[in-house]
Amino acid sequence: MTQDAIAADRSSVATGDVLYSIRDLSVEYGTRAGEVAAVDRVSLDIRKGEILGLVGESGCGKSTLGKAMMRMISPPGRITQGELWFAGEDLMTVSEAQMREIRGARLGMVFQDPMTSLNPLSKIVDHLTETITTHEPSVSEAAARDRAEQLIGRLGLRVERIDDYPHQFSGGMRQRIMIALALALRADLVIADEPTTALDVIVEAQFLDLLRELRAEFDLTIIMITHNIGVVAEVADRVAVMYAGRMAELGSVDEVFLDTKHPYGQGLLRAVPNIELDGSDLYQMEGAPPNLLHTPSGCPFHPRCPHVMPICSEREPAFAEVTPGHRASCWLFQEHDGEGER
Amino acid sequence: MVFGVPAALALLWVFIRGSEALRRYILTRIALTLPMVLILVSVVFFVLRVMPGDVVSSTLGPKASEEVRENIIESLGLDDPLIVQYFKFLGDVVTLDLGDSFIGARRPIVDELGERLPATLELIIPAAIVALGTGLLFGTFAAVRRKRTADYGLRLYSVIVYSMPIFWLGLLLRLVFSVWLGWTPIAGRIDVVANTTLERTTNLLTVDSIISGNWSALLSVLHHMILPTLTLGLVLSGVFIRLTRINVIETLQEDYVISARARGIRERVVTYSYALKNAMIPVVTVIGLQVAILLAGAVLTETVFNWPGMGRYLIQRISARDFQAVQSTVAVFAMFVALISLAVDVIYSVLDPRVKY
Repeated sequence: MTQDAIAADRSSVATGDVLYSIRDLSVEYGTRAGEVAAVDRVSLDIRKGEILGLVGESGCGKSTLGKAMMRMISPPGRITQGELWFAGEDLMTVSEAQMREIRGARLGMVFQDPMTSLNPLSKIVDHLTETITTHEPSVSEAAARDRAEQLIGRLGLRVERIDDYPHQFSGGMRQRIMIALALALRADLVIADEPTTALDVIVEAQFLDLLRELRAEFDLTIIMITHNIGVVAEVADRVAVMYAGRMAELGSVDEVFLDTKHPYGQGLLRAVPNIELDGSDLYQMEGAPPNLLHTPSGCPFHPRCPHVMPICSEREPAFAEVTPGHRASCWLFQEHDGEGER
Repeated sequence: MVFGVPAALALLWVFIRGSEALRRYILTRIALTLPMVLILVSVVFFVLRVMPGDVVSSTLGPKASEEVRENIIESLGLDDPLIVQYFKFLGDVVTLDLGDSFIGARRPIVDELGERLPATLELIIPAAIVALGTGLLFGTFAAVRRKRTADYGLRLYSVIVYSMPIFWLGLLLRLVFSVWLGWTPIAGRIDVVANTTLERTTNLLTVDSIISGNWSALLSVLHHMILPTLTLGLVLSGVFIRLTRINVIETLQEDYVISARARGIRERVVTYSYALKNAMIPVVTVIGLQVAILLAGAVLTETVFNWPGMGRYLIQRISARDFQAVQSTVAVFAMFVALISLAVDVIYSVLDPRVKY
């Protein structure tokens, strides 16, 4: 991306439309075999009030991207470049102490496994009051408890259960508690990393309903990281598709699902089992996700792509707009001046 | 025997206050302890009889006349059939009478142990605090500094103290601090002058000097405690450092730690209130197991530092072939270990809300 384009994007942050803006972000993990780029020059704007689905195969970098947005990449991983603009502030430049004040207060995170994400030795109420008083030291224990009770009640749990321990709750209840923790300080943005993976479908549906209600009520912006395309189709406004640490496609749910541009996205959608299409075999995408130690040259998807062209292995396509608001990184939709020369 | 009382009282309190299930659990555990103690004292009883030598030759020497020898043997009941001696001893254990000592004034063993148990407690309790304190503190520190210099240093330290024999470390410390530097007393529990002024009621010298307000005696007692408790405590600290370290490293990678960080909880709170507290659970289990090693260590430490406790008593009475004293001391040790490991299991349920009895 050119400097001008970055500057133009940054100005859009100031308009207030964009809540969180990721600019040219790379995250690398040091391994014995070399540096692995789990997230590779990703740029993404999250609009205020939306639910953005972030989808991709296991290992495509979507969870790493979520952690990087909280600046919670721990060694051997590190953010090697990029900017993280949140509400007009570049999180890459703030101190760790300031970052800690933002985490949990303005940026919330919900993790994949609710069974292991709560401290088994602490009561639910202690989780909540600890979070509240950490960020608002002036709040008394009693006031924090009041707020905790209100939250627990709002999320559909019986208030008197607030003094119970995590192991006394079911998975769906615990995931509600995780949401309560993320909302304890009225976070603006909640990053939910595969929040429904550990839940069965009925609890999952209830949970997604709850998320939608909470978005309206708490004026939330939500990033839903998942490999479950059905979940995204159900709750998201926009979808970002990642492949091999890079952005493959971005657009509204209708655009990405009904007018899919990137061949990877097309393959993914065809691979979703559909109860109405009986008789036909389930589509299977050829090959496997690339080893990020040796990402293919050019477009990382070209070895598996049914529409591969000579240029695809030579040069990397830009993550460019196909139609306004709908981006795809694919040479099929971009001008290119020749067949595979440098 | 008076000093088993606080532990027994604490257990009784838990017993009365606890749930029905907890009560049943404690009773079951006590019932299970009985065969363990029975087997242990039986083994000791028969091993002592197989051992060469007897109380007469070890106290009077080889030149004692046959008449004297027979007199003593008869008066001690050693001429009874083995099976009679065995059941008589079991009766002693069950009634907690423990019989009379074979040598000297043939005082009741309960009295002799009553004088020595406080000395042993005054050694092993501070030693356990030293071991556990350094273990938790440095273990957590090493875990947080994983793969850095402090971590490597502490791991090396743990291996060294763990593999060092207690008597060797005791002799080394005594050589350096008592002989070369002259900072600490060579041996004993209290200096001679303070000893004459101290009024003894519990035989726990720290407690005695505090309740009688004898501050110079207290100072002397504490001064004498430093080296023996450090010797025993440091040797045991190696296990606790390594155990705490590996458990904190594991809990620091748990999801609840990561999600606590994502809520902006301070790293210090995350380390101590989340990681260490969860890591404590397996550590507490090992405390119960280490009590036996603590007592074995006390035997050696008391011998090195001339500490008038049960350990040194045991060694002395083994060489004097005072069967009654040895059997009884071992029985008390066994009951003590069983009591502590029961207490640890009860603490477990307090520490971890998931454990219910």
